[in-house]
Amino acid sequence: MQKVPVLLFLAWVCFLFYAGISLFTSGFLLTRLELTNHSSCQEPPGPGSLPWGSQGKPGACWMASRFSRVVLVLIDALRFDFAQPQLSNVPGEPPVSLTFLGKLGSLQRILEIQPHHARLYRSQVDPPTTTMQRLKALTTGSLPTFIDAGSNFASHAIVEDNLIKQLTSAGKRVVFMGDDTWKNLFPGAFSQAFFFSSFNVRDLHTVDNGILEHLYPTMDSGEWDVLIAHFLGVDHCGHKHGPHHPEMAKKLSQMDQVIQGVVERLENDTLLVVAGDHGMTMTGDHGGDSELEVSAALFLYSPTALFSSTPPQEPEVIPQISLVPTLALLLGLPIPFANIGEVMAELFSEGKDSQPHSSSLAQASALYLNAQQVSRFLCTYSAATQDLQVKELHQLQNLFSKASADYQQLLQSPQRAEATLKTVISELQQFLRGARAICIASWARFSLVRMAGGAALLAAACFLCLLASQWATSPGFPFRPLLLIPVAWGLAGAIVYAGLLATTGLKLDPVVVGAMAAVSSLLSFLWKAWAGWGSKRPLATLLPIPGPVLLFLVIRLAALFSDSFVVAEARATSFLLGSFILLLVAQLHWEGQLLPPKLLTIPRLGSSASIGPPRHSGTYALRLGVGLLLCTRLAGLFHRCPEETPACHSSPWLSPLASMVGGRAKNLWYGTCVGALVALLAAVRLWLCRYGNLKSPEPLMLFVRWGLPLMVLGTAAYWALASGADEAPPRLRALVAGASVVLPRAVAGLAASGLMLLLWRPVTVQVKAGVGTPRTRTVLTPFSGPPTSQADLDYVVPQIYRHMQEEFRGRLEKTKSQGPLTVAAYQLGSIYSASVVMALTLLAFPLLLLHAERISLVFLLLFLQSFLLLHLLAAGIPITSPGPFTVPWQAVSAWALLATQTFYSTGHQPVFPAIHWHAAFVGFPEGHGSSTWLPALLVGANTFASHLLFAVGCPLLLLWPFLCESQGPRKRRQQPPGNEAEARVRPEEEEPLMEMRLRDAPHHFNAALLQLGLKYLFVLGIQILACTVAAFILRRHLMVWKVFAPKFIFEAVGFIVSSVGLLLGIALVMRVDGAVSSWFRQLVLAQQR
Amino acid sequence: MKDTDIKRLLYTHLFCIFSIILSIFIPSFFLENFSILETHLTWLCICSVLVTVVNLVLYLVVKPNASSKRSSLSYKVTRLLKCCVYFLMSCFSFHVIFVLYGAPLIELVLETFLFAVILSTFTTVPCLCLLGPNLKAWLRVFTRNGVTSIWENSLQITTISSFVGAWLGAFPIPLDWERPWQVWPISCTLGATFGYTAGLVISPLWIYWNRKQLTYKNN
Repeated sequence: MQKVPVLLFLAWVCFLFYAGISLFTSGFLLTRLELTNHSSCQEPPGPGSLPWGSQGKPGACWMASRFSRVVLVLIDALRFDFAQPQLSNVPGEPPVSLTFLGKLGSLQRILEIQPHHARLYRSQVDPPTTTMQRLKALTTGSLPTFIDAGSNFASHAIVEDNLIKQLTSAGKRVVFMGDDTWKNLFPGAFSQAFFFSSFNVRDLHTVDNGILEHLYPTMDSGEWDVLIAHFLGVDHCGHKHGPHHPEMAKKLSQMDQVIQGVVERLENDTLLVVAGDHGMTMTGDHGGDSELEVSAALFLYSPTALFSSTPPQEPEVIPQISLVPTLALLLGLPIPFANIGEVMAELFSEGKDSQPHSSSLAQASALYLNAQQVSRFLCTYSAATQDLQVKELHQLQNLFSKASADYQQLLQSPQRAEATLKTVISELQQFLRGARAICIASWARFSLVRMAGGAALLAAACFLCLLASQWATSPGFPFRPLLLIPVAWGLAGAIVYAGLLATTGLKLDPVVVGAMAAVSSLLSFLWKAWAGWGSKRPLATLLPIPGPVLLFLVIRLAALFSDSFVVAEARATSFLLGSFILLLVAQLHWEGQLLPPKLLTIPRLGSSASIGPPRHSGTYALRLGVGLLLCTRLAGLFHRCPEETPACHSSPWLSPLASMVGGRAKNLWYGTCVGALVALLAAVRLWLCRYGNLKSPEPLMLFVRWGLPLMVLGTAAYWALASGADEAPPRLRALVAGASVVLPRAVAGLAASGLMLLLWRPVTVQVKAGVGTPRTRTVLTPFSGPPTSQADLDYVVPQIYRHMQEEFRGRLEKTKSQGPLTVAAYQLGSIYSASVVMALTLLAFPLLLLHAERISLVFLLLFLQSFLLLHLLAAGIPITSPGPFTVPWQAVSAWALLATQTFYSTGHQPVFPAIHWHAAFVGFPEGHGSSTWLPALLVGANTFASHLLFAVGCPLLLLWPFLCESQGPRKRRQQPPGNEAEARVRPEEEEPLMEMRLRDAPHHFNAALLQLGLKYLFVLGIQILACTVAAFILRRHLMVWKVFAPKFIFEAVGFIVSSVGLLLGIALVMRVDGAVSSWFRQLVLAQQR
Repeated sequence: MKDTDIKRLLYTHLFCIFSIILSIFIPSFFLENFSILETHLTWLCICSVLVTVVNLVLYLVVKPNASSKRSSLSYKVTRLLKCCVYFLMSCFSFHVIFVLYGAPLIELVLETFLFAVILSTFTTVPCLCLLGPNLKAWLRVFTRNGVTSIWENSLQITTISSFVGAWLGAFPIPLDWERPWQVWPISCTLGATFGYTAGLVISPLWIYWNRKQLTYKNN
């Protein structure tokens, strides 16, 4: 098996996963483009004159204002039936006595006494019914989706046109009191604001009492035009006690008093709006789309008459966002640009005294303005994206042009019949509703087909990984046909599909084309596999994962389906990792590999008594396991708490040193961090030294000797500057600023040049050739001469490449050259892992720089953990010298678990607010200007550092057991010097070949790399599969946008980073392999000369 | 002979289960406000003591490995002391392992330690009774094909199932059900107890089902 096809095969499998992920994403993550356009007074929403009666009046904008002031009492989670009276007058039925009914008595009283002044509506809310999304909708008049493209993830400030913005630009004084969510949404928009934390759901009264302290004084002072009071008590009471609790009745009665108090203070030019932002379920929760959650109460009242008719028996149902255009026009403001709500026409009917005709005309003009604005928005939006359905958009445009023509006619001949007016109104309403419907269709509906298709594709790709990883190491793996034919089929499928779309004139969706290609190639692969496999194997081999590992994988996957476990994943992962480690140790013990056999005095009678002698002393594996547990626990100290668990305290060590105040503690921590850096460097050097690679005269090792310390120095200096930048004397400010730009870039540059060197000359061996001591055999001895010092004995593990010699012996003898030749090549045994370790180190330093200083301790732990884990895993893996080589499932699973655990212990959480945005400014303290890819790259590298490191280091799982082979023979060499001679004349089988065993069987080596890649992709793939299935099944779950969707996104990006890293790691090993081959060739040529 | 052995095993196990049940119901006669969840620590102590006593008594009565070579008093005393030291050691090492697994280091030390005690009661005490303070024998019992009698076999099963029960008990902790038994370490102790009980029930049955396949060297 060649190298390139292996890489291509893995890349193809990755492509299958990517296609599945993108297909699922396109169906699941609803996106909407946030337009930054604004409506303005000077610019009417469409051609034609501004409607009747608006010109020339003061404060008039698109329409004359009817109210100069508004009081908006927003009662969080005020469900519609909370505003209902006790229904005791239903005959024949027992009176319903629900605790929350009839508590808002003042509303009912007003409705009865002043039917033309007030109206109660059942407002229909769009999911998600969470407060922030609702507030966005209530001010912009749009439908918020999960990802409002264009929004800034770091802050929640609304960038779209909204009511508050229009109010402030019209010079109105907006006073706010209540929930501090508004502070994030509208920073600096209020003339006066009293914010109270909405965080503690258990606290029913702090926010409400805080509002009440300020509400009436503010109203009496008169220094406001718009007053918003956002009460949270009802919502918190629902969360804490549920709607049926007596506490809820008390809370509602309090709200009733509030409304009464506000009504008493209202003046004639003031409108009162009492609204709930969403409802709540029977248990008091909200966020989903059940009937109880999406029905909220909306109550309007004014001391002047508002309506021309009396209220209907059953309150009317209106969409919640209708409030936005209505309020805007009533206040004489432009309707926010992106509003898709429909004005509540009856509010524009000029009171009860006016003539029916003129009031209808006023309604029509309000509707027409609204329709013009919505039409303008639809045009702008459809020009900017392709979200909306073209056909329906076209129909809507036709409808609108017809309606506007009718309306213009109506204006020109005002004495037309009532009937025309009616048609115009109904046409306009039809248009507005249609517009809203197509927006909902494209923004608020999951595409179930795509989601299911994506999940199925992912599942099939996982299955393929499982199948191929079992098959890859078997000798008869028909590799080329299995790669070429599916790819050809995939291309063919994609082309056919694209052609089909082109002929039918539909839109070409790259996601679907990619998915089609993936599906067709996958199908042909499975077909080929089925045909090639036939009935040769039983299906039992399809589940090759051993039981305990399978159990762990299943637990890990099942945990992704529970929001609590996703939130607590940091702890759950380290718990699972610890259990896995102890399981490995226990398994070793169970199999009898932990203890020397003499302890097991009882002869075994079982069938599987063929247990090899343990390769290590008794407590070796136990010590490794305890060390690993300790490291895991220490890494767990660096833990950032998820938002959902307020009782948990994030580790203070995650903050940068610059935020520390104590000088002494800061210095101490700085010393510790630099110590960790130095320890990391020393550990890597020690490792390279132990396996001898450090002695090589290659430029790479020169880099290790000088470049790495330089990088450490640079990092330490940068940290010193960054943590003490504020304390620098003014004269040095410029110098410090310059250095904090240069230093990180220099470290990154050094690392990049190191990686270049690694790719250019990866062979780090030391050759000592041509020592003329004639020997009886051409086989090489461990040393090129008598050992000069004990250090040589201890540290240098000399390697001979016996097989190379034998391979070329024929050629050498053919040339009949100068007799016996001796070449001693050192460090060949660890050549692959040395380059992987080097690559990891070179990657780790720049990544370290992107994190806060104290995370360096975690990086040190990371290296230590993976070192111990590799040793522990290697203890359980027998070396099969001629091949085929396999990497056991437990190794791959533990590696993936370790990667996840490190993701959390580097202070990350799979939610957007937890992203370390400051990483974008490392080396770029002034920001990036307009470029977005570089900060995205830096932040991404910070977030997915552990995924990248562990994926690149994945080949170590294959290499390490061979590396550990040297330990046994090494002991023998450490015998007293008297035995040296004996040791040297030992049969050559005793010499540890280490990684050269892999080179001996290049076919098996490549197959093992392929298998390793497939297994790792499988373990990662089923994680992303579980995330997609969880998001699919729980798409209406309360926590879907808060927990599952972010988890899916992080998991998907992590998968992509990991797969790329995996390909890079495997490519690196192959590059080293190629370099070793060419090195041998050169060596032989040099010998022959 | 084998069947009688299995019967004896079953009866001893029934006694053990009975002692656990007693530990739940007896204290409420003497103590006010006693309940497993609210006065959990008290229950832990009582259960631990009761199970230890029952184990010791059963060991003295049944004498599963009767071949005691030496019976001098000093030997017995050193053996007893050694057993106590082993028990304490196991408590402390369990405590350390729990902390390594993520139990809080500083808070709830007493709770964690009592959990370690009860788990030691379920695992170490039977080992001490059956095998004595002999670490090598313990290690032998917990290897594949390392058991030499049905007693050791049942010991293996109950110990492993106690561990598994305690391990499974940790799973409900992160869930947001807000039940009183989800608090650390109640779910784990309950899990360990259930695991131990299950092991006590399962092991005679398992041995009975597999009595044809099981061949021990000493039998």
